[in-house]
Parts: sequence; structure tokens; C-alpha cells
Amino acid sequence: MPEQMVARQDSRETLSFYVTGLILLLVLPLLNVLTPEDSWLHLSDFRLNQFGKFLCFAILALGLDLIWGYCGVLSMGQGVFFGFGAYCMGMYLALQIGKESVYGSELPDFMVWTQVKELPFFWYPFKSFAGAFLGAILVPVLFATIFGFLAFRSRIKGVYFAIITQALAFAAWLVFNRNETRLGGTNGLTDFKQLLGYRLSDPSTQRGLYIITVLALGAAYLFCRWIVASRAGKVLIAIRDSESRVTFSGYTPWMYKLFVFVVSAGLAGLAGMLYVPQVGIITPAQIGVLPSLEVVIWVAVGGRGTLIGAILGAVAVNYGRSVLTNYFPEAWPFILGGLFVVVVTMFPDGLLGMIRKATERKQAPAPVIKAEGRTAA
Amino acid sequence: MTDGDLILNCENVVMDYDGFKALNNCNFSVRYNELRVVIGPNGAGKTTLLDVICGKTKPTSGKIMFGKGINLVGKNAEDITKLGVGRKFQAPSVYGNLSVWQNLDLSVKRASKGVFPTLIGRSSPAERVRIEETLETIGLSPHAHDRAGSLSHGQKQWLEIGMVILQDPSLLLVDEPVAGMSDKETEQTGRLLMELSEKHAIVVIEHDMDFVKQIAKIVTVLAEGTVICEGTVETVQADDHVREIYLGRAKVAH
Repeated sequence: MPEQMVARQDSRETLSFYVTGLILLLVLPLLNVLTPEDSWLHLSDFRLNQFGKFLCFAILALGLDLIWGYCGVLSMGQGVFFGFGAYCMGMYLALQIGKESVYGSELPDFMVWTQVKELPFFWYPFKSFAGAFLGAILVPVLFATIFGFLAFRSRIKGVYFAIITQALAFAAWLVFNRNETRLGGTNGLTDFKQLLGYRLSDPSTQRGLYIITVLALGAAYLFCRWIVASRAGKVLIAIRDSESRVTFSGYTPWMYKLFVFVVSAGLAGLAGMLYVPQVGIITPAQIGVLPSLEVVIWVAVGGRGTLIGAILGAVAVNYGRSVLTNYFPEAWPFILGGLFVVVVTMFPDGLLGMIRKATERKQAPAPVIKAEGRTAA
Repeated sequence: MTDGDLILNCENVVMDYDGFKALNNCNFSVRYNELRVVIGPNGAGKTTLLDVICGKTKPTSGKIMFGKGINLVGKNAEDITKLGVGRKFQAPSVYGNLSVWQNLDLSVKRASKGVFPTLIGRSSPAERVRIEETLETIGLSPHAHDRAGSLSHGQKQWLEIGMVILQDPSLLLVDEPVAGMSDKETEQTGRLLMELSEKHAIVVIEHDMDFVKQIAKIVTVLAEGTVICEGTVETVQADDHVREIYLGRAKVAH
């Protein structure tokens, strides 16, 4: 029975959620802390920190999957929302440097170089952690609300929406690159020292940030799963399948699109906020057109329209990058592009689709194709 | 006939596509609980007529009065749907990646279809009963949990009719429901529509004359955007004007 199959898939997903959660939350940090450094089981501080970064990307990918995988609206500007979140936290961290800066000024170093004498007004909220935390979520959310309202209400769809969001990413990149924006220009914000009194260079601080990231990813996943499982989640899929039918069933599709777009922006902001203290730098290069496109590739590779797939894709592609760029640094863009082409043309369901196919074949006899199914248009 | 008997009354509706008048002073009315069939040659404006009624396109001029004095012209599709006009499209448009049950569940008429009520809403037992009854009516009970995309063409058409019924429309607009169906499916569809006409007014566009004979009491013939004849199947077939522009042309074409 299909119902049982769905239930089985659900329980399998729940099980893998707990198993993966346990590994990420306990096993990896314990391998980092408890094993001696020369043991083959040892996970170095560097690796754990790197994994934390991948999990930030996974949160970003979840958001894109919600809007693209489920609702069929391709956003090529997720990097912008990620950047908003990252810069909000980055500004707080830059102000926390205080007198430890190279020039010994209360102002961030770049302001000293660029002859800024006073802290610009929009930096003030980021003197407090609460301001940075709220800003990292609310700035992308508000921006997405306004941008999405204008775009979706005007019935901008499909490839047009994709192009407009890409233009948005490019525009944001240009703006953040300017010294006049007072956000550090091309060099971005870096050289952070401490977060709420914890030294960022201390491995235990990084371990803590890693664990917070795992918890945030878990919460983001459960939140997305709640949306997807609700009737509104079904409306998202329905919009992807037949938008006009949705309209003629009394729903207003653009409001649903706006909703998931805003949720995805909020998740991207959360990802950016967690990313900055772990990586220690945020520059315009991380928020422009290319980073936005990469998110699309992660989701496509992992499996569109499956939340686990988005997480898997983000981690797998970024892990692949970290390994392969060691050996062939120049070839990476070609590998990434090639991967995208191969996945889209040959494995439209991505890695997760391949895994599911492989496991289902083992468990169940070949699916019975119903006679009337063959005549389906 | 007084206006009170009419669920739909289109007065002088014009739909002008850059000089081409798809509807040209079209006057068309339907009574409560009537099953009306609209026929006409290709390009006569049949689908356009349904489009302007359900709000898919806005007519250039004219009035479309629905129910108790509501003018549908200028209203958007979602609002017209909420007022009780259901539209079944020509090509089956169902949600292929959802189950048959989910397709129907999304279509049930509810107080609000906004994002947040839909996010927290659960189907009530009464709604579940209605969905089960509808499954029975459209003959898809055994397929309730199949992916809608895996249904046959005919089953998809029935599913979409079921989805429209669950919106509780007082007027159902059905565009060529039996195109591409087998004879048996066509006959079942005819019975389904006749059964539904006991509770709803239905306007069906159709080409298949055998099917028209099966279901129609009154047929409206549309040509070049206007109604040229209205009456029983026999009257319409006997009409010289109709023979000339519709049946006559059909003979030449075959």
C-alpha cells in the first residue's frame, strides 16, 4: 500500500534524522576532544570547524530547497540573504575587537584606513549581540518581504524571477564592494577576536559554535519539515505542478511564494550569522552571483524537493571541494559545472534519489505498473 | 423567464484581442441546476466565454451577472472561485506529485485559504467524509493514495471534476471533458455530469456530438463570438444556419 510506503519512508527519515543528529552532535565533537592527536580516529580542530561551515551551508540549502525544490521558484539570490546575515554578525564582531585592533582605535581597522572618524549610524544597533542576532534574521526577512512582494505580486515567474534575483545578487555585490558603503569594501570584515567574551581563536569556542550550528540545522530541518508536511506544504507542490489550478481552487499563489521566499531568506540569514564567527571573515566575494549559484548546484546534486537531499548536497559538494581543491585547484569550477550538468540531465532526483532507488530495490519487489498508468499523458 | 431564475447572465460581452473579436456582443444565460452544452466550430469563442466568466481573462466590455446580482467583470479569479464558479480546464490539470486524496483535500471549500490558516489547518471529519463521497462519485476510491500523475488521462479528468465539485460551486464550467477519452470513459463522464447537474448548474463545452446527444437538454451554438442558435439537440441540428456554418463545415472537413 502506498500509505504504508509513505509511512515507512517517514519513519526511515525520522530514524536517519536522529542517527545523523547524534553523530554530528556527540560523536564528532567527542572524537575531537577525547582522542589523542596521533590516533587515526582523531578529528582535528580544523576539520571540525570546516564541518561547522558545511552545516551552515546546509541551512542555506534548506531554504533554497523550500522555494525551488517544493514550490518550483528558482531564486538565484540566496547569497544576498546569507550575506545580510553574515554582515550583521560581522559588524558586531568587528566592534567587539575594540582596542585590540591594529591601529588601537575603537573603530574597525578599515574605517581608520578610509578616514572615517565616527561610527556610521547604521552600525549602532550592532554594538549589542541582541541587535546583531535580530538583525541577522530580520534584515534578510524584511528585504525578502519587500522584494518578494513587488516581484510575486506583479506575477513575475519562472526564468524571469531567476534573472531578477541574479541581478539582485550582482547589485548587492557591487554595493558591498564600495568603500562608501562603510562595510569594509572588497576586504570585507575580518580579524575578529571575541564573541560574548569567548575568544574565537580558542578551540573550545569553535567547538561550541559547531554544536550551536548542529542544533540550528536540526531546528531548521524540523521547521521546514513541519511546513512541508502541512497543507500549505502541499499547496507549494501544487503551485509547482499547476499554478492555474491552484488559483481556481481559491488560493492566492503569490502569497504562498512570498511566504516561502521570506522563510528561505530568514534561513539564509541564520546560516550567514553562524558562518562568520566560524570562518572569521566575510567579504563581498561570498555573497555575489557565484555563491548564489553554488547553492542551486548543492540542492540539485543532493536532490530537489527533499529536505535531506538539500543537506546532503550542501555537505557533499563542499566536502568534495575541500578534498579536490587540494589536488586540482584550477579544475574545481569545471568539476562543479560538470557535476551540475550530469546531475540535471541524468539524475534529476540527485544523490538522495539514487540512494532511495538503490535501497527500495533491495527492500521491495519491483513496483507494479498499473495498466492505466501507461496511457498517462 | 425572469432574471431570478438565472444563475448566469452574460450581456453584450465583447472580448477584443487587438482587433480580433473572440466574443462579439455575446448574450448567454444559464438557469439554476441546468446542464447546458455549448458547441461551435473551432475559434467560435467557446473557451474564451468560459475564460471571461471565471476571471481568467477580463472582457473588453459587457456585463456578466452571476447569482443574485453580482457582476463578475473586473473581479479576479480567486474571488470568482470563492463566489462559487468552478472551472475545469480542457487539458487535465491536477497536481501530479500529490496523491489523489491530497489533490481533493486542497480543493475543499474552506473559510480561508490564506497561508497561515492553511499552514496549521487539519481536515475535519466532515471534510474527510465529503472527500470520500467525492471519490465514490468520480469512481477513484481505489486510487485515493496513488500519485495523481500516475492516473490515466480519463481518471485525471474525473479527478479534476471532483476537485471542482469540492469547492461547492453553484456554477460549474467544464471545457471539453471527453476529449481523448475512450467510449466507455466518455459514457461514464456523461453519467457523472448528469448526476452533478442535479445539484449544480453546469456549462459544458463539447465537440463530440454523440456525447452532446447523451447529456444535453438545451444546446447553445456559438459562432464567431456570438450565440446563433439555442434549443434542443434536434432543433439545433435542424437549423439551417447552424448546418451551414457548423455541421456543413464539419462535413467538408471529414
